[in-house]
Amino acid sequence: MSNSPPALPLLPTVEILHQLRERCGEAVLSVHPEALDPFAIVRPSALPEVMAFLRNEPDLAFDLLHNISGVDYLEPDPKKAAKAGFEPHLEVVYHLQSFQHRHRITIKVILPRWKDDQVGQLPEAPTVSHLFGSADWHEREVFDLLGVNFVGHPDLRRILLSEDWVGHPLRKDYEYPLEYHGIRGR
Amino acid sequence: MSWLDSRSEENVLTTTLDQAINWARESSLWPMTFGLACCAIEMMATGASRYDLDRFGAGAFRATPRQADLMIVAGTVNFKMASRVRRLYNQMPDPKFVIAMGACTCGGGPYYKYGYNVVKGVDLVVPVDVYVPGCPPRPEALLEGLMRIQDKIRAMRQFTPNTPVTPPIPARTGWTLLPPDLSDPDPRRALEKQMAFAKRTKEEAVPAKP
Repeated sequence: MSNSPPALPLLPTVEILHQLRERCGEAVLSVHPEALDPFAIVRPSALPEVMAFLRNEPDLAFDLLHNISGVDYLEPDPKKAAKAGFEPHLEVVYHLQSFQHRHRITIKVILPRWKDDQVGQLPEAPTVSHLFGSADWHEREVFDLLGVNFVGHPDLRRILLSEDWVGHPLRKDYEYPLEYHGIRGR
Repeated sequence: MSWLDSRSEENVLTTTLDQAINWARESSLWPMTFGLACCAIEMMATGASRYDLDRFGAGAFRATPRQADLMIVAGTVNFKMASRVRRLYNQMPDPKFVIAMGACTCGGGPYYKYGYNVVKGVDLVVPVDVYVPGCPPRPEALLEGLMRIQDKIRAMRQFTPNTPVTPPIPARTGWTLLPPDLSDPDPRRALEKQMAFAKRTKEEAVPAKP
């Protein structure tokens, strides 16, 4: 190994989660250290301050946001919905890593599928693009495919689909287009 | 090409204008540099030295549609790309030919059911002359498709428009050894026999599920 070893000993993920819970208090709704990929669920409104804490705290120093992914928890089949084991909701998952300390953590934010339960009103989450540069395009992608409105994002446009696309295709109740600009869709 | 040998004088060939034009046209098909997805890798392999598209005069990939007369749609066409594909097709000079290369361009392929963004076959966007199935097709298959385009060009009648158009019968490749009751020295009669056989077997076929 030509690279120098990490400057500080590795902090176990459980320790990070407990530290997060102590320092951020009510912003952290729950921690799950027993999971295969330990994660913490954070209140949406407090997300930027939690992420800023994780990035700026010298013991944690999460300087890399790997990925933002969105998950739509919905069972469209009404027969299977009772056994699905979850209420319909959206999740946005943030994967963080520290180059300096070589540890990782996962942060989740739970959102309603529609804002104020009105179909068509996109749910809102605060942006973290001012903290992590990589969040810019990742948030655009989550907006494009799952329809999460990242409040404060500098340029929230569709990134993959065309500008005039209707709907958000990775939602479980998405209806496939029958035609697009005169081309039949199925 | 059916040359009429002139016995009276050496080095003189007689042919029809149509055949001469078609011969020139089929021997210098210039494709457009146009790769959309993974099939493009196979198209590049076809153009490279091992398979060598240049043997058929079709190796001059042009970077502009204005100089091309063959469009090889190699890869998945999505809705965002479809308008561009149509515009590029419209920019090509006549006569122009299109090869739909791969399962995605033939009919959606693996994205047929859940591909919300994929055009279910490029023939919904531009007219297609030859379909080359496969995922992706081997370079040999693309060469085969190119030869089918050449067959099609050979049947064109530009200067004698009133002559009956003969269906382009594959002449050079695609030849398989057939049982004697299906083969015939005359290719058209052989084709009729094979079509009748295919129709008969299809009618006699028992469905898998009643």
